[in-house]
Amino acid sequence: MSMSGIQIRGVSKIFGAGADKAIALVEQGLSKAEILEKTGCGVGLRNITLDIPAGEIFVIMGLSGSGKSTLVRHLNRLIEPSAGEIFFDNTNVLTLGRKELRAFRTNRISMVFQSFALAPHKTVLQNVIYGQISRGTARKQAEAIGMEWIAKVGLSGYEHRYPDQLSGGMKQRVGLARALAADTDVILMDEAFSALDPLIRSDMQDQLLQLQRDLAKTIVFITHDLDEALRIGSRIAILKDGELVQVGTPNDILANPANDYVARFVQGRTAVHA
Amino acid sequence: MFPESLNFSIRKPINHFVDMLVTNYGSTFRAISDAILQVLLLIEGVLRGTPWWVVIIAFMVLAWLGTRRVVLTIGVGIMLLVVGMLGLWDQTMQTLALMTMATLISVVIGIPLGILAAKFRSVQRIILPVLDVMQTMPSFVYLIPALMLFGLGKVPAVLATIIYAVPPLIRLTDLGIRQVDHEVVEASTAFGGSPMRILFGTELPLAMPTIMAGLNQTIMMALSMVVVASMIGARGLGETVLNGIQTLDVGKGLEAGIGIVILAIVLDRITQGFGKPRRFK
Repeated sequence: MSMSGIQIRGVSKIFGAGADKAIALVEQGLSKAEILEKTGCGVGLRNITLDIPAGEIFVIMGLSGSGKSTLVRHLNRLIEPSAGEIFFDNTNVLTLGRKELRAFRTNRISMVFQSFALAPHKTVLQNVIYGQISRGTARKQAEAIGMEWIAKVGLSGYEHRYPDQLSGGMKQRVGLARALAADTDVILMDEAFSALDPLIRSDMQDQLLQLQRDLAKTIVFITHDLDEALRIGSRIAILKDGELVQVGTPNDILANPANDYVARFVQGRTAVHA
Repeated sequence: MFPESLNFSIRKPINHFVDMLVTNYGSTFRAISDAILQVLLLIEGVLRGTPWWVVIIAFMVLAWLGTRRVVLTIGVGIMLLVVGMLGLWDQTMQTLALMTMATLISVVIGIPLGILAAKFRSVQRIILPVLDVMQTMPSFVYLIPALMLFGLGKVPAVLATIIYAVPPLIRLTDLGIRQVDHEVVEASTAFGGSPMRILFGTELPLAMPTIMAGLNQTIMMALSMVVVASMIGARGLGETVLNGIQTLDVGKGLEAGIGIVILAIVLDRITQGFGKPRRFK
């Protein structure tokens, strides 16, 4: 399996009708407010160029409305960009046809959602094997894979329960097992731990770090929480109002904030010189 | 007075149109009519041919499967027994056959239309006002042309019942699918689910309680059409009500009315029972 990471090239996203006109204005460098006033369109993302290396946890951080959830949904094309290109394994993801896109989603990239997004009418096991069934794995084999991952996230014995019989932390373990069972190179995690209690959250972060050490997946982790970003990120990208403000290792960002906005974010924290 | 110079009328073109349909496409409509009639007669034959106690037990089994409530199940049995004791068994089975037929066709038409409306905003924009018209237009307005096209009897009654009763099923299928948790659908998409798999594996099952509420409403509205339906020749409880009214036999009318109400209660409780999610039983 090649490990070439993801390259995002000049991606912009406009919400609303008349995106072409708005894109032109984005290129001219008009502000979000000006574009909204002129075209009625919202600028979700503005000319994002970013390299996500393979095999590490890449954190995209920003406050709500910064476009981080929009950006991560571009990677598996749950959202289509208004402009730009996204490369994965030297393939432009945006040129994939319908069938190819489905194959791409089942084989290469999976996702963990903020509010878990488990199918309430399916058992833990049925949820976990959804990706394997999508790619056509025989049910028996898919179930064996599913049981293995359910055990690894510590939910053995719960495989025939339904999501509403589980606590928040357990639900997100199911979400994680579902992504892992899909056996993809990349896992997108959209505020995956934000809805959890602090203690459970820290457990899940530990578990993610451990899994990452064992599996060396490419994980794109979205969060609004600086502590979380610093704790688990090999690299952090900071978004503000749909624009990329800074990319770097946690230490880079703590030591050399790119502007006042980042400086205010990291205020009071010091770089750890490892 | 409203100035006469501004008057216009769609009366003549519509009349010509209906005449043209009757003259040129009479045989087509006759064929549709025959097909519907065959199925309807089959259902009616089964219901009337089955011994009364088997029908009652079948309904009690359905009530038990749907609700798992002992009292309700026994209640369904007693109510149907009362209908029989009032001497209305045969009429009730005729009405039930009409309901079943109208409901079946409503499901075949309503659920796919509801799905289309949920998937495509343009379809929804067209369908919703049409449904408003279907629900408010006095039924006699379309009963008469239906009579001209399909002849007197059960078939125009079924069609009129469908026109009146299908809107809630379409509306609630549409609503039910739209209300499915967006993130769950997104997750199915993100894990490579095909559109068909997402529809049948995720959206429809999660929308099912709402769709069942729509089916329940459809059946209730269909029952409210039985008297009108009997005016154009459908047999059953409606005919008995009509007969009672025409002969000033208030008691007879009331008895048949009670029969309709009982049928409504029985069908309502059973469909509601099946509409509730019941995983924890």
